[in-house]
Amino acid sequence: MTLAVFFGCTFIAFGPAFSLFLFTIARDPLRIIILIAGSVWGWGPWATSGHRAFFWLVSLLLSSLIWFIAVKASDPHDEPLQKGLLIFGVMFSVLLQEAFRFLYYKLLRKAIEGLVALSEDGCSPISIQQMAYVAGVGFGLMSGAFSMINLLADALGPGTVGIHGDSQLYFLTSAFMTMVLIFLHTFWGILFFHGCENRRWWEIVAVVVMHLAVSGSTFCNPLYVGSLVPSYVLMAIAAVWAYMLSGGSVQNLRRFLLCAQSEASPQPAS
Amino acid sequence: MGRAGGRRGMTAVVGSCWISLPAWCGPLPALLLALLVAGSCEGNSVERKIYIPLNKTAPCVRLLNATHQIGCQSSISGDTGVIHVVEKEEDLNWVLADGPHPPYMILLDGNLFNRKVMQQLKGTSRVSGLAVSVAKPSPPQGFSPGLKCPNDGFGVYSKDYGPQYAHCNRTVWNPVGSGLSYEDFDFPIFLLEDANETQVIKQCYQDHNVPTDGSGPEYPLCAMQLFSHMHAVTSTVTCMRRNSIQNTFSINPETVCDPLLDYNVWSTLHPINASEKVDPKKEFIMVATRIDSHSFFWNIAPGAESAVSSFVTHLAAAEALHKASDVHLLQRNIMFTFFQGETFDYIGSSRMVYDMEKDKFPLRLENIHSFVELNQVALRNGSILWMHTDPVSRLNATVEPQVKNLLDILSNSSVGANITLQEVGFSQPLPPSSFQRFLRARHIPGVVLSDHQASFQNRYYQSMYDTPENIQMQYPEGLSPEETLEYVTDTAKSLAEVATVVARALYRLAGGANDTSAIQADPKTITQMLYGFLIKMNNSWFQSIIKPDLKGILGDEVPQHYVAVSSHVNTTYLVQYVLANLTGTVINLTKEECLNPEKAPNAEKEMYDYAWVQGSLDPNSTSRVPYCVRSTVRLSKALSPAFELREWGSTEYSTWTESRWKEIRARIFLVASKELEIITLVVGIAILVLSLIATHFINAKADVLFSIPRDPGAVSY
Repeated sequence: MTLAVFFGCTFIAFGPAFSLFLFTIARDPLRIIILIAGSVWGWGPWATSGHRAFFWLVSLLLSSLIWFIAVKASDPHDEPLQKGLLIFGVMFSVLLQEAFRFLYYKLLRKAIEGLVALSEDGCSPISIQQMAYVAGVGFGLMSGAFSMINLLADALGPGTVGIHGDSQLYFLTSAFMTMVLIFLHTFWGILFFHGCENRRWWEIVAVVVMHLAVSGSTFCNPLYVGSLVPSYVLMAIAAVWAYMLSGGSVQNLRRFLLCAQSEASPQPAS
Repeated sequence: MGRAGGRRGMTAVVGSCWISLPAWCGPLPALLLALLVAGSCEGNSVERKIYIPLNKTAPCVRLLNATHQIGCQSSISGDTGVIHVVEKEEDLNWVLADGPHPPYMILLDGNLFNRKVMQQLKGTSRVSGLAVSVAKPSPPQGFSPGLKCPNDGFGVYSKDYGPQYAHCNRTVWNPVGSGLSYEDFDFPIFLLEDANETQVIKQCYQDHNVPTDGSGPEYPLCAMQLFSHMHAVTSTVTCMRRNSIQNTFSINPETVCDPLLDYNVWSTLHPINASEKVDPKKEFIMVATRIDSHSFFWNIAPGAESAVSSFVTHLAAAEALHKASDVHLLQRNIMFTFFQGETFDYIGSSRMVYDMEKDKFPLRLENIHSFVELNQVALRNGSILWMHTDPVSRLNATVEPQVKNLLDILSNSSVGANITLQEVGFSQPLPPSSFQRFLRARHIPGVVLSDHQASFQNRYYQSMYDTPENIQMQYPEGLSPEETLEYVTDTAKSLAEVATVVARALYRLAGGANDTSAIQADPKTITQMLYGFLIKMNNSWFQSIIKPDLKGILGDEVPQHYVAVSSHVNTTYLVQYVLANLTGTVINLTKEECLNPEKAPNAEKEMYDYAWVQGSLDPNSTSRVPYCVRSTVRLSKALSPAFELREWGSTEYSTWTESRWKEIRARIFLVASKELEIITLVVGIAILVLSLIATHFINAKADVLFSIPRDPGAVSY
C-alpha cells in the first residue's frame, strides 16, 4: 500500500518537470542534448538539500568530498561544530554549483558559435534563452533526483517517518520541496544566463543569494513551514522575474488568459 | 550469500549490499555510485528516521528430521504487523478477536510463552509474528520447550527391546516439557535478549497503539517487521535431495540445509596409539557426558544443568584421577568421552558406536569393560545421587553380576563423602542417555548417575532458563571478573563431591587397590570451569589455556552450547583445551617442535596430542608466556551416520539438519494510515495532470506569452 506514497511523491516532485520535458524539450534533439549535458554537469553538490545534471554531479562530488573529510576530521560528538560544518558544506556547495553554472554558460556560448558555423542560414537553431531554460531544467532535474532518490526508496515502506517524533508529513513536504527546487533551478538558469549574456551582474548575484537563502531555509527543518513557504515565495519572485526577462509582460499574460478562455477568437501573433 | 552468511554471521548479514556496476561506468560515476552504495549500507538518514533496528535478538529457525520440519519462518520479504503487548492472557482477546488492525505482531511476556497460548496463536491468521521477552525471574512453574520424552525412538527401548519401557511408558522424564521446540510455526518468533530493547518496543506501543475506550487506536501505529525466511522445507529427505541435485547440476549450487555436526572430545588415562587398533584384550572403563544443549531459539542454549553441570564434574573427575600417584599401575584404562549433539537424537554417541563397529575408531565395543555416564548432577535432592541401570540387559545372567559389581563399587566409593549413591527401582528404564546408544549395539554393563530418581529435577530442561541461577550459582555482590572467576560457589563445592566420588569409583573400577582418600576433585577448578562455561568464556584462565589463534572465540557474551552445523563450536574447543590442561603435562618443546611433533626427537606423535597454548599473562609485562602441553585428548567426528550412509530417512540414526537462511533481522517503525497514503497519491496525480494541462497551454500559446522582445523566449519556438 505504500506504493501509493511512492507514486504520490514521485508525481508531486517530478510531475511538473516531466510536463515541461514532454511539451517543450522532448521534441527537439538539440534540447535533449543540452538537458542531458546540463544535468550531468550539475551533478555536483548533493550534500545540500538538493540541486542540478554532469555539471551538477561534478560540483556535488567535490563539495561532498570536502564535507566528508571535514566531518571525519572533526570530533563527531561536538554538536555545534557538526552543525557549523554542515552549514559550511551547504554554502560551499551552493557556491560551487553556481560556479559550475557559469562554466556551463561559457561552454554553451562556445557551442552556439559552433552551431552558427554549421547552420546554413548563419544563425543558431537555438537561442541562448532557450538554452538557459533547458539547462535550468536539467540542473533542476538532477538536483531533484538526488534529493528525492533516497526518500523514494524508503517511501516504499513498510515504515513511515515518525518513530523518533518526526512529522508524519515528511515525505509529502520533501516532495513539495523537490518540486519547488526544480522550478527554482529552471528560473535561476534563465536569470543567470540572462545576467551573463547582458553583463547584468545583479541578476547573477540575485540567483546566488536566492540559492543560498533556499538552502539555508532547509535548516528550519523539521519546521517544514519555515522552509517551504520562503521557498515558494522565492519561486514566485524568480518566476515573475524570469518571465519578464524572457519577453513576458502583464499585457501578454492578460491576452493569454483571455485567449485561453475564448479559444474561438484566436489572437494574431505579433 | 556464502555459507558464513547463512550461518553464524547474523550481524554480518544485516545491511548486506551488492556493488555491481555496469561495465560502461566511467571512473567518476563509478566512484560516486560506490559512495552512494556505501552510504546506503550504513543505513541512510531517511532510514534512520523510519526504523529502529533490534540488534539483540535470537530467532527461532527451522530444523528438519527424516519426517518433519520444526521451528519458524517468515515470508521472504519479512512479516510485518502492528505491535500488541500481551502481558496477561486477557490481552490476547484484542489480538484474536477485537483489534481492528490485524495482523498483529505480539510482544509476548516470557511467562505466557506456553503451549496453550501458542496453540491459540497458531490457529489464527490475525498473528503475523511473535517477539518473546525473557521472564525475570524464570517462570516458577518451570518451562521446557523440549519433549516430555526426550530423544524418543533413538534410545535403546523399542518394540524389540523392553517394549514396556518404550516411549517413556514407565517414566515421563521431562513432565514440564511442552514440546514447543518440536512444533512447526508458519510465522516468525524472535527472542528479545536485551531488556532495554523490549522497553523501547513497549514505549512505542504505549505511545501509539494503546486502545482507548474500547475503540482502536489512531494512526500512525507502531509496527514490527521480522525477517527469518528459511530455505529448506518439509524434511531432511527433501532438503538433502535438493542439495544433491543442486550439487550435481548447478554451476552455482545453493545448499538449503546442513546436517548438525561437530566433534566429540575424548581422552584416555593411559596413552594409546590413536592410529591403530587397541588390543582386543585391553579393557576400558568408559566415562561419558553430553556437552550440548538446546532451546526454542537458535544458538540460545545455556544448558547449565542439562549439560554443563555434568561435563564439568566429569572434567574435574578426570583431573583428580590423573593426579593420583599410582594411576600408571591400573590394569584397566579409562576413557573420558564428551559427546556432542546428544540433544538431537544422540548424534555424537551414535557416531562413535558406528565408528567402533566399523573399525574406524581405535577401540572396539568389546574393549569397553563398563560404562559410567554423568547426566544432570547439580540439582540433588538432599545428598542423594541416583544410579540408573538398564533392567532389560540385567536379565542377562552374565551382565547382571557385572552391573551389581559396578553398583557396589560406586556405592562404596561414597563412603565417607557427603553423597549417598542409591539405586533406583529395578523396574525403571534408563533416562535419556548416551549409554543407551551403546546398549543398542552390545550388552555393556553400565550405570547412569543423575540427580533425579524418576522425572528430571531440572524444570528448565533445554530452555533459555537453564542458567547459572537454575543450579544456584550465586556470587556475592561487587566482585571483579577475576575475583568471580576464583570465588568458590556452593554449587562448585557440591559438584566437587560428586567428582571425587566418581573419580574414586573409577579408580576402583580400573583395578586400583590402594587407599583412595588422596583422590580429591578440586572445587576451585570446578568453580572456574562453571564460570567459564556458564558466565563468561573470556576469562584469564581460558585465555591462558587455548591456542593463540583461537583467542577470538572467547567472547564476553553468555556461552551457548548449541551443536550447530559448523564444526568446532566454542564448547568443543574449550572442553578439548580444558581437558588437555587438566590432564596433560607441560613439556619442554620449542614452538616449532610442538606444532610439528614429528620433528621433535623424543615426541610420541601417535600416542599424544601436542598443543602450543598461549599461557597466562606475565605479571610484570603485557606479554604471555606460551608453552607446550602434551595430552591424550583427541577429537572424533560427531556427524550422524545417517549422512555418512546417505540414509536421510533413517529411523536408526539422527537425521537433524538446520535450514539455511539469508537474512535474520528485526526492526520497529510506524505505519501510516491508509487515508494519508491515498491523499499523497491523489495530490500527486492532481499535480501531474494539472501541470500537464498548464504546460500544454503555455506551450501552445508561447507566442502570445513571450512576445515583446523580438528574440523568442525560453519556452517559445
